[in-house]
Amino acid sequence: MLKRIRESKAAQGTLLALPTTFWLFFLLIIPLFLTLVISFGKRSPDGDVIYTFSVENYVRLFGYSTDCPDGQASCFDPLYVQILWRSLTLAFNTTVLVIGMAYPLAYFIARAHPKRRNMFLFMVLIPLWTNFVIRVYAWMMLLRKEGAINIIIGAVAHFLHIPFTPFEMLYTPGAVLVGMVYEFLPFMILPIYTSLEKIDNSLYEAAADLGANAVKTFLRVTLPLSMPGVVAGTILVFIPVMGTFIVSDILGGRQVILVGNLIQRQFLDARDPTFGSAASLILMVMTLIVTYFYTRKFGFGEEIIVA
Amino acid sequence: MTSEFAVEMRDVVKRFITPEGNEMAAVDHVTMQIKNGEFFSMLGSSGCGKTTSLRMIAGFEWPTEGEVYIEGNAMGHTPPFQRKVNTVFQSYALFQHMTVYQNLAFGLEMEGAKEDEIKKRVGRALEMVQLTGMDRRKPKQLSGGQQQRVALARALVKTPDVLLLDEPLGALDLKLRKEMQLELKALQQQLGITFIYVTHDQEEALTMSDRIAVMSKGKVQQMGTPVEIYERPSNKFVADFIGESNFLEGKIKSLSKAEASVFIPGLNAEVVGMPISEGLVKGEDVVVSIRPEKIRITEKDAKNNSLFHAKVTNTVYIGADTHIYVDVGGAKLKVLEQNRISRLDPRSFYVVGQDVWLMLMPENTLVLKKD
Amino acid sequence: MNPFRRSPFVIVSAVLVYIFLYAPILGLVLYSFNASRANVTFEGFIPAFSDRVVMDGSLVKSSPCGPFHWYCDLAKNDDVAEAAGNTLTIAFIATIVATVIGTMSAIALQRYDFKLKPFSQLALYIPIVIPEIVMGIGVLTLFSQLFGWVNEVFNLSGDARLSLGMATVTISHIAFMVPFVTLVVQARLQGFDKSYEEAAMDLGANEWITFRRVTFPMILPGVMSGALLAFTLSLDDFVITFFTNGPGSTTLPIYVYGLLRRIITPQVNALSTVWILVVFTAVLTLQILQNRESKQHS
Repeated sequence: MLKRIRESKAAQGTLLALPTTFWLFFLLIIPLFLTLVISFGKRSPDGDVIYTFSVENYVRLFGYSTDCPDGQASCFDPLYVQILWRSLTLAFNTTVLVIGMAYPLAYFIARAHPKRRNMFLFMVLIPLWTNFVIRVYAWMMLLRKEGAINIIIGAVAHFLHIPFTPFEMLYTPGAVLVGMVYEFLPFMILPIYTSLEKIDNSLYEAAADLGANAVKTFLRVTLPLSMPGVVAGTILVFIPVMGTFIVSDILGGRQVILVGNLIQRQFLDARDPTFGSAASLILMVMTLIVTYFYTRKFGFGEEIIVA
Repeated sequence: MTSEFAVEMRDVVKRFITPEGNEMAAVDHVTMQIKNGEFFSMLGSSGCGKTTSLRMIAGFEWPTEGEVYIEGNAMGHTPPFQRKVNTVFQSYALFQHMTVYQNLAFGLEMEGAKEDEIKKRVGRALEMVQLTGMDRRKPKQLSGGQQQRVALARALVKTPDVLLLDEPLGALDLKLRKEMQLELKALQQQLGITFIYVTHDQEEALTMSDRIAVMSKGKVQQMGTPVEIYERPSNKFVADFIGESNFLEGKIKSLSKAEASVFIPGLNAEVVGMPISEGLVKGEDVVVSIRPEKIRITEKDAKNNSLFHAKVTNTVYIGADTHIYVDVGGAKLKVLEQNRISRLDPRSFYVVGQDVWLMLMPENTLVLKKD
Repeated sequence: MNPFRRSPFVIVSAVLVYIFLYAPILGLVLYSFNASRANVTFEGFIPAFSDRVVMDGSLVKSSPCGPFHWYCDLAKNDDVAEAAGNTLTIAFIATIVATVIGTMSAIALQRYDFKLKPFSQLALYIPIVIPEIVMGIGVLTLFSQLFGWVNEVFNLSGDARLSLGMATVTISHIAFMVPFVTLVVQARLQGFDKSYEEAAMDLGANEWITFRRVTFPMILPGVMSGALLAFTLSLDDFVITFFTNGPGSTTLPIYVYGLLRRIITPQVNALSTVWILVVFTAVLTLQILQNRESKQHS
């Protein structure tokens, strides 16, 4: 038997990959499949699943509602569609902002003296090493009415003799956006840095030699070559933002509801796993569609292996 | 069962699937017999099948068809660690995380040798390659030449019957390479074991080998001693690959076992030479091969009408030799003349446009199949 | 020749972003010394040491630990200790398992061709492209349906009942860590020259000895990177843990989240600061060790 394994490279490969594949099969593939099945089910009175086939949940997600004013039999309730749209736009806005903030910093580190680069990178990594939840909490403290930001602005306003009432920044969509940007900024900095760092110095020299000024060099040489990093970073930011519920939970309160919150609540408070599963699947499909078209256009950045 | 041959390949074929999905034969029906104690080289350019053949002897690949025999035993699917051959790798493949001593000891540990025996044998191996005292160093701390010798010692310390060497000198600079060539040859003769050597450098093969197998496209083109290969190439490929040759196309006018007379349109004359290829017939279109150093530039001699008149078109001075390019009524030839006399005097050079007379000797004029 | 290196735009942007990154953290640390228990505004440092805690309304006037009052408070918090213990236990176990099977699959994918391969690659790819919450509720669904069925069929009750807890969290962690380990190790394997293994076999070592004495030592740095990544992912994880934990398996992130929805005292800040310091020290130590090791090799 051992001899047979030795002779067949395919058998060896299969054996090595088997544990992982099994593990993921049971904890990833099957759950996804189960989610799909359940999404077509109905909610039982005690919050469990009735296995049947009904598109009720999906129909409801896209606006069909029987709980209508004026005694109508059915009407359009945009609630859930709004949630989906809000999540998409938030993810998009976050990504754009993050790119705008990450790129200059990544550029700065990539062009810094080699000896100092590690230190600068380290400084980017430290906030990342602190826990997600803690980082959100930190912003919560800053954004409150009595928080540092308001205090500072208040002091400046006082200095300039401008009347000032503290801004209500917490529990607004803006707060959620800031929180998301803060959470995921390092995930964009690192891949962009990696791809910028790979650009050989001699390319800049060649461009200069051929007559390109700083702006042209950036647009025609640097930017295109750093695209793999931008793509990798986008994937690392966009996908999680679509699904995060904790930021909107803590910084948005009950006011800002994203898909993640919707799903979370269905499973915990509302106890409707069928509806939650449907929402979860829609979320996954939306994410996959966006990712697919994005990578089709821009390629799949290998800089994901940054660790 | 011992046999007279250290290693034998019988009609071995090795097929691979290319990235595009086609099947290609890296080794195409190769049969070779390598004698005990000889220095045998496989020579050819990359992709000719020499490395694949060596790997099949070592056991890293298994033949698709045919069989490999070591000391008369069919190897089949025997894994490398059960074969009594050892390999010196092109990249040396020294274990970076082990010291030189540990590298050498590794193979002995696999044999189950005891501590003191290992110490003795490693010491002797290091002495053999003149690296005594380097046993504590790590590979990264050694020069390229030293690493190469460690790789050699690591294979030799196991006293194999056959040593396989895969282009071991490729990474060394010219001077070091030439030194090592002589050292390896001396080592082989001293130890008396069989060396199977793979290289693309023909000078290397000619210098060191007892016999050479010239390979191309997975087939053995010719097998023989260096002299045989050089002086009697059996086909146009070998004649062209080894050293340099002038080629002239013509038709056989008359043919006997020892002599063939070929009419060369380019020279508008007949040339007498030795028929080398098998199965030549009268009237056949053939190619005549003459090495540059075998053409003699001589004085015009009215009595000898087998001399060819030519005009010099270019001369190139290479230090020990001069290359003289000539035009013989349309056909272009290259002649190599040793600079036996000093060429300081410009009058000793041939001048472009100068008339010269060329002498060809039949035993150096080879008639080969045109393929 | 670096265009833009000296560009003021780049430097100013970089500084601003660094400020953006660190301001919240600094605020967090500062407030861990807050004299006000309500922790709404910063009321200054706790001024005095005393034998007992003296309060004035919601202000702490003095304390046995002085300004570090909240840290001492934290140390007495059993829930935190338990959560920390759980977090570490889960991280250790999950890391070991994920590293072993992840390395195995990395080797398989990098060097072998087999029928299962596309399926394995797809399975490993999925966790990276789907939001964590999808995987979280998926696993939750699996466990709840499975456990419900098993409990009913086998008529289990009390302690024998299958339910969410340390086991479910650990198993789920392993599932989402494995793709990352595989990815990291695979990246390292890409440059690996097979002739080392051939040399070992040529010298008489069989496959297992070759792996143990040649291959494994050489890929160890990559494996350690993967393990470290896995460990951090587990320590830090919130979403998957959120959906798969039960009573008795609270981890630190879950605990902090729970606190945030109830009372927030500076103790939370103290916990955060301690966490930051621990991580900082750990990473710094690793960096120093790494630097020293690479110096030894040159």
